[in-house]
Amino acid sequence: MSLDLLFQYLVAGITYGTIYAIVAIGFNIIYNTTGIINFAQGEFVMLGGMIGVTLHALLPVPLAIAGAVIATMLVGALIEMLFIRWLRRPSVLRLIIITIGLSIAIRELALLLWGEGVRALPYFSGTAVTSLSVGDVHISPQVLWVLGISAVMVVALNFFFARTLLGRQMRACACNREAAQLCGISAKNMVTLSFVLSAGIGALAGCVISPITYVQYDSGTSLALKGFTVAILGGLGNSMAAIVAGLLLGTLESFSIWVMPAAYKDVIAISILLLILFVRPSGLFGNAEAARLKDY
Amino acid sequence: MKTSAITATLIFTSLLGAGATQAKGPTVKIGAIFSVTGPAANLGGPEARTLEMLVQEANKKGGIGGNQIELVLKDSGSSPEKAISFAKQLIEEDKVFAIIGPSTSGETLKIKGIAEEGKTILLSCAAAEAIVNPVASYVFKVAPNDSHAARRIFEQMKKMGIAKIGLLSSNTGFGKAGKEQVEKLAPGFGIQIVANEVYEKEATDLTAVVTKLKAANVQAFINWSIEPAQAIVIKNARQVGLSVPIFQSHGFGNIQYARAAGPAAEGVIFPASRLLVADSLPAGDKQKPVLLKYKQSYEARYHEDASTFGGHAHDALLLLGKAVEKAGGLDNEKVRAALESLQGVVGTAGVFNFSARDHGGLGMDAFEMQTVKNGKFVVYSDAAAKK
Repeated sequence: MSLDLLFQYLVAGITYGTIYAIVAIGFNIIYNTTGIINFAQGEFVMLGGMIGVTLHALLPVPLAIAGAVIATMLVGALIEMLFIRWLRRPSVLRLIIITIGLSIAIRELALLLWGEGVRALPYFSGTAVTSLSVGDVHISPQVLWVLGISAVMVVALNFFFARTLLGRQMRACACNREAAQLCGISAKNMVTLSFVLSAGIGALAGCVISPITYVQYDSGTSLALKGFTVAILGGLGNSMAAIVAGLLLGTLESFSIWVMPAAYKDVIAISILLLILFVRPSGLFGNAEAARLKDY
Repeated sequence: MKTSAITATLIFTSLLGAGATQAKGPTVKIGAIFSVTGPAANLGGPEARTLEMLVQEANKKGGIGGNQIELVLKDSGSSPEKAISFAKQLIEEDKVFAIIGPSTSGETLKIKGIAEEGKTILLSCAAAEAIVNPVASYVFKVAPNDSHAARRIFEQMKKMGIAKIGLLSSNTGFGKAGKEQVEKLAPGFGIQIVANEVYEKEATDLTAVVTKLKAANVQAFINWSIEPAQAIVIKNARQVGLSVPIFQSHGFGNIQYARAAGPAAEGVIFPASRLLVADSLPAGDKQKPVLLKYKQSYEARYHEDASTFGGHAHDALLLLGKAVEKAGGLDNEKVRAALESLQGVVGTAGVFNFSARDHGGLGMDAFEMQTVKNGKFVVYSDAAAKK
């Protein structure tokens, strides 16, 4: 195999990886504040993409994306207030089941609203056939957009959680809910905020990846599955690790196609997920001690 | 729980909307199983909408054979398991006269035996040859054969001097059936398949797969699928600089995929029904009036482009109506026999000539090689392609 080809597979892997990572980051935020996996995360991604495409009929791309992010954030807030907030002492299992139910409901609603067709925002730069070439290696500029936006997002999130008062309050709630409440932090508001934040991030992801993957009413499910795998692989709650894990999984999948039939791509992903769950449940970069302190 | 209540309400209302009918006089129950949702939604969606529209129209004109049609529409979600249970339900509980659908080959093959056993006429809208070969006396299909599509593609390749190709297909019934036909027929045309890849139907990016094709130095490739992946694959091919001619199956016959792929779709060659190019057909074309009538009424009602899949539902109802007329009543066995002997019925997919041995009824000429030009489907011509 030539060097060019090697790099071309690597590029493919990076493409897959960034898509997975950007979805995984959304999982991490809600996990960090509530300790639950939000199974409707994929639907946030789908909603973002769908609303973005719909708004794009009237607005230029950046405004359409901003609109989609804000609208999906509102949906996130609404969901938390209607279905999670009023629960008195919800068990983790109950919360998870609620999010699964919500994901089905959102999907059905999207089907009623938008029908079953595929949609996409236009490529941010160039068109569907544009690619940047180094020698015989080609990469779509949209992949660079996804990478760049994921990177900016992670940096911004890290800053938010480490440096701002609000971010610290959210972290405090995640560490010890009761102690945080004693300090006057409204844990309920923090949970709402985490839903808003991860809905917004999901929506942004949905808009940015839509030129590559397209978006349709049920595209959230398979994205969520991969995003979830990556979140687990990196270690739940760690956004930087999610990017590394995403790239790792993406590259593995892409090189697997070189040696194996493409249909086995998912087998690789699921095998890795199982292996990690058996051998290192806290993820590659997770802290086993910290994970044990969580609710379950 | 609140959530499940909401979901249940949603499902209930969508079923209500779908099953709405008006009953006056004698009625005939016709079942339909379509993939309105799921990966094959772009087949089942237009099919369901077409049938709803045509049943309403037919009922205004007195129904079929003087009977008002009561349509019982089921959404299989592209799942063969659901198709099986709906088929049983339609036959045993609803006691329908005939079933139109399912949309996909995988689902149809799973219920072929059920329809045959239940002595219920099944008019499948899927393409796989295995649906009518071996012949089951109650099972018919209205979509053209995969092998005809593969043959048309190979004929075109021969004309272009292509001998080494790549083959991509999705891991669905449609993809598998097409892959088999292409593999079987290729040697006869002196064409060698040097790369053969199957991908999962939910694929969101296929860069690695097309890289493999590039490495194999193919002169052209065929993609056989019905999912959004067929738009993704052509984009990825062009992105990695694979500039060989791209052939798609008749599954590409939905303009939304050409639109989704934008400039990448330009020049893609595929065999499909004349419905897609109805406007540009010569005035004397036998199918033109049927095509235009269906296309115009569908597009006026639903504000979306008509696709070949909706056309299959149209043809199924048309053939059933003709057979009931010919049989002179709703006798199960008589209608089945009438259906089997229908000749020269002009539908959207082509001209149907059924016989006891051929329950598919369409010939090679049902396909017209087409391509995408300026975001529109046009008839492919070698002369125009060279310019």
